[in-house]
Amino acid sequence: MTDWLALLSWVPLLAGAFFFLAGTVGLLRFPDIYSRLHAITKADTLGLGLVTLGLIMRAENWQAVAVMVLIWLLMMGSGATTCQLLARYQQDLEAPDADKEPVHARR
Amino acid sequence: MPDAEWLFDGTLGILLLVLAGAALHARSLYAAVVMFIALGLMLALTWARLGAPDLALAEAAIGAGVTGALLFSTLYKAGMDRHKRATPNRIALLLPGLAFLLLLTAAWPLPEMHSPLPDQVMAHLKDSGVSHPVTAVLLNFRAWDTLLEVSVVLIALLGVRQLYPSHGEVPTPWPLMLAWGRLLAPLTVIVGGYLLWRGTDAPGGAFQAGTVLAAGGVALRLIGVLPPLGWHQWPVRLLVLAGVLVFVAVAALTAWLGQGWLHYPTGSSKVLILLIELMATASIATTLTLLVVGEKRELRP
Amino acid sequence: MMALAGFLLLTALAGLWRLLRGPTRADRLLPIQFFGTTGTTVLLILAQAQQQPALRIVALLLALLAAVVPIALVQYLRRVGD
Repeated sequence: MTDWLALLSWVPLLAGAFFFLAGTVGLLRFPDIYSRLHAITKADTLGLGLVTLGLIMRAENWQAVAVMVLIWLLMMGSGATTCQLLARYQQDLEAPDADKEPVHARR
Repeated sequence: MPDAEWLFDGTLGILLLVLAGAALHARSLYAAVVMFIALGLMLALTWARLGAPDLALAEAAIGAGVTGALLFSTLYKAGMDRHKRATPNRIALLLPGLAFLLLLTAAWPLPEMHSPLPDQVMAHLKDSGVSHPVTAVLLNFRAWDTLLEVSVVLIALLGVRQLYPSHGEVPTPWPLMLAWGRLLAPLTVIVGGYLLWRGTDAPGGAFQAGTVLAAGGVALRLIGVLPPLGWHQWPVRLLVLAGVLVFVAVAALTAWLGQGWLHYPTGSSKVLILLIELMATASIATTLTLLVVGEKRELRP
Repeated sequence: MMALAGFLLLTALAGLWRLLRGPTRADRLLPIQFFGTTGTTVLLILAQAQQQPALRIVALLLALLAAVVPIALVQYLRRVGD
C-alpha cells in the first residue's frame, strides 16, 4: 500500500459517507414510502460501493479485493431487487386490482 | 484514535439498548419482531467489534437470517396485527433488575481476570486435527456439548411438529422473485460450503453453514421452487436425523473400539471432524428449513 | 477509519426513528434493509481497521442474507394481506 493511494482513498470513503448521510435524510424526511425506498436503496448502495472502492485501494491482498467486489455486486443486486419487492407489495396493498403500471404513473 | 473508538462503541451501545427496549415495549407484535431482527444485526456488529468473528458469523446467520423468517412465519400464523398484553406488573420488573445487578457484579472483575483455558487449548491444538481453536474446542475437546446441541435442534423440531398450525398456500411469486431466488440459490450453497470447509482452520463451521443453506431453502420454498417439505418424506427425515446419528455412531465406535467416548484416534481426527460437521450441516439446514416452512399434512398421513 | 465506521452507525441510529415510527409495515422493513447495507459496510471497515480478514466473510454472509431473506419476508407479508 503506497501512501498516496491511501491518501487518495479518502476521496471515495468520504463520498460514500456523504451518500449514507443523504440516504438517511431521505429515509427520515421523504413524504411517502416509494420515495423513501428510492432514497434508501439508491443512495446506500452507492455509499457502499464508494466505501468499498476506498477500502479496495487500501487492501493488502487480492483475496480481500475479490471478497469486497463480490459483496458489492451482491449488494447492488439485492438493493435493486428488495426495493422492487417492497414497492410492489405496497402497491398491491393500495391498489390490488390495478394493472401493473409503473408506480409513479398513478401517484 | 481513542475518540473515534468511543464514538463507535458509544453509538453501538445506544443502538443496542434502544433496539432491545423497543423490541420489548413495541405496541404491535409486528413492530417488536422487526426490532428484534434489527437487534440481531447490531449484535453481529458488536461481536465483530469485540474481535470474535466466530460469534459474529453465527449471530449474523441466525439473527439476520433464519430468525427473521421464523418469526414472520409465526406472526403469519398468530395474526400480524395482534397487540401485545397490558402493562407489565411492576413487581415482576424487580426480578430482571436483580438478575442484572448480579450479572454486573459478576462481570465487573472480568477484565482483570486471566483464564488458563486459552493457553491450554493452544497447547493441545496440534493434537486436535484442526488448526482453528474454536473448532478444536467445539468438535474435539468439548464434542460432547456439541452433540447435545445438535440434539437440542432435533428436539425443537420434534416439539414443533406436535403443534404445527395450519399452513396456507404460498402466494404466486412474481417473476422477479423467481429470477432472483434462482440466482441466489447456488450462491447460498457455495457460501455455505465455503463456511463449512474453512471451519477447520478459520472462523466458520457447521452451524453457520447450515443456517445459510436453510435461509436459501426457506426462500426457495416460499417462491414455490422447492416442493412442500414434510416429515413424512423419507429423504427429509434422513437428512434431519443424519447429524445426530453420525455423531452418536462416532461416539459409540470410539467408546467401543478406541480409547473412550468421543476420544478420536490420533491421525483420523480431521476426517472424523469433517464427517461430523458435514452431516451436522445437512441436519441443521433441513431442520431449520422445516421449522420455518414445514407442512402440516405430515400430521395426518 | 473508526471515525468513518462510527459515523455510519450514527446514520443507523438516526434511521431508527423510521423503524420506531412506521407508519406502514413496509416502512418498518426499510430500516432493516438500511441496517443490512450499513452493517456490511461497517464490517468491511472493521476488517480493515482491526486487521481481521475474517470479518470480511461475516460481511459476505450478511450481504448474502440481506439478499435472500427479503424474498421470504415479502412472501409472508403478502400471504397475510390476501
